[in-house]
Amino acid sequence: MTIELFMQQLANGISIGSLYALLAIGYTMVYGILRLINFAHGDIFMMAAYFMVFSIINFKLPWYIGAVIVIVASVGLGLLLERTAYRPLRDAPRMSIMISAIGASFFLENLATYLFTGVPKGFPDIKVLTKPVSIGNISLSVSTIITPFVTIILLYVVLFITNKTKIGMAMRAVSKDFETARLMGININKVIATTFIIGSSLAAIGAILWGSKYPSVMPLMGVMPGLKCFIAAVLGGIGNTTGAVLGGFILGMAEIMLVTFLQPLTGYRDAIAFVILIIVLLVKPTGLLGEKVTDKV
Amino acid sequence: MIEKVENKRIRLLINIFLAAIFVAVIVLLDTKKIGDDYIRRVLNLTAIYTIVSVSMNLVNGFTGLFSLGQAGFMAIGAYTVALFTVPLQVRPNVFYMVPQNPIIAQIELPFAIALILGGLLAALAAILIGIPVLRLKSDYLAIATLGFSEIIRIVCTNAKSITNGALGIKSIPEMPTMWVFFGVAIISVIIIYLLINSSYGRAFKAIREDEIAAEAMGINLFKHKVMSFAIGAFFAGIGGGLLASLLATVDPRQFYFTVTYNFLLIIVLGGMGSISGTVIASFLVTAGLEVLRFFDEPLTLFGVNIPVFRPGFRMVIFSLLLMVLVLFFRNGLLGQKELSWKVIHNWFNRRGKKKTGKGGVA
Repeated sequence: MTIELFMQQLANGISIGSLYALLAIGYTMVYGILRLINFAHGDIFMMAAYFMVFSIINFKLPWYIGAVIVIVASVGLGLLLERTAYRPLRDAPRMSIMISAIGASFFLENLATYLFTGVPKGFPDIKVLTKPVSIGNISLSVSTIITPFVTIILLYVVLFITNKTKIGMAMRAVSKDFETARLMGININKVIATTFIIGSSLAAIGAILWGSKYPSVMPLMGVMPGLKCFIAAVLGGIGNTTGAVLGGFILGMAEIMLVTFLQPLTGYRDAIAFVILIIVLLVKPTGLLGEKVTDKV
Repeated sequence: MIEKVENKRIRLLINIFLAAIFVAVIVLLDTKKIGDDYIRRVLNLTAIYTIVSVSMNLVNGFTGLFSLGQAGFMAIGAYTVALFTVPLQVRPNVFYMVPQNPIIAQIELPFAIALILGGLLAALAAILIGIPVLRLKSDYLAIATLGFSEIIRIVCTNAKSITNGALGIKSIPEMPTMWVFFGVAIISVIIIYLLINSSYGRAFKAIREDEIAAEAMGINLFKHKVMSFAIGAFFAGIGGGLLASLLATVDPRQFYFTVTYNFLLIIVLGGMGSISGTVIASFLVTAGLEVLRFFDEPLTLFGVNIPVFRPGFRMVIFSLLLMVLVLFFRNGLLGQKELSWKVIHNWFNRRGKKKTGKGGVA
């Protein structure tokens, strides 16, 4: 192995890790507030990729306008999902909410298969993002280089919102104690809607960056990233935004390093996340940065 | 009082009569007096779906654990049956790309033994996942089991010398009679029914209702959860093994995790915590999935081509049905009750009394 190849793979690992991180923030925030695994989060990511395909290839919009439309449309989809699938079940048993989340995810996947067929569509080639850049002997695309920076900036934006704004204070209160926050006059529905807005817009940005790296859009493309990013959120400590980003980076690195150093195991790339999950649950179920929560009787 | 005893006897007679009709219909179908191969195949599939759904209901409906690993456990059962029952002389034809691993290449087992071995291996896998995951809140179980069923599929695709990779295994011996499927289904349902009405079953239900209270009453949470999960996996493995012999072929794509969602739809429709509801729903959903195939074909009504009917529409309807059920008819057909004459009687009575009232029954 040459040092160049290693550096190249390191950059890939950081880049894919930061994409996982973007999605993991959405999972961890929804879980922190609703105690719900938002199974449909990966499918919002998938739909966002389709929105991008349509706005650029079919409507011939410039990519920056397309990106704005994609973010707005994904946020709309996220809010619609929350309104129809989660809000009516707010006081229902947890099992029902989980089934509803799975139903929503299954519905979006089937709807995409039905509307856009299962044949992969090519993601538009955004020149600004796919242009190759050479640093020494390694050649990377612009999107690989900027993805980690985008993720770090967005992480700071999310941290600013949750720590410094009024709605962020309400979010933290709701995630601490749902019922008491409600009694204190916090508008629960507004807080949850905001969470979905943040999560969906991050998923949309993730989808745009993902598409310029892996330019093939399929109805089931969101499933594996979705599951992995939830695992990244668990690894970082579920409910903790910084932890989710950290977990995403670790997971991305672990995957790329497996492919680099253990070539024969390349086929098992998707399995490593679940091995990590089992190890985390055995060794430190609260995750790297999570707090211990005790059940109240 | 006498009237009640009379009633009971009449009901018993009706029950025996219905069971006799059921047996007679299967015998007639089995001896090819009525029906065709397609109907036999769908009914066999119903029997398999019943086994897997009832086992899933044991875990999800009765113990309150949210497991989504059914497809993975089925894959284990199906591959075990496939590996050990394909006759030795045809194996080189099946494994023509990569020769089979010499350790298992010379072993051929009778179907029954391979089937039970498949179930046991599935249960073993369940115990191995259950030990780390079941100590924690049940949320992680959903992700861990979903991930597990994907790992099984990845392993089946990659371990070419054992599973023949993406080519799958063909030439699995077919069963001569429908009684293999229906017999196993009936036995499985009876075993799970007896289990649920035993002291273990009461412990499962206590865990479902309130974990902390159950623990305070001296129930060993971890032991009972692992037990329920492993038994559920055992029967899912058995169901998978039967599926392998029904289809005569296995390949990794048959066990995509979305298969589990069919069983989820069945137990939600039948009622989480109702065995008879699950049996009825298995029949409805399996038959529905077959009958509604016309959704996937182009439809022309009065010379007008209705554009919504094309491939994929059926699954959109089914996933929508799952959401509608859980949003509006959370109890499904029977809720946590079992089908009995009393339930049917009450149902008709209530329907007669208040036509406009809110019905909890779908």
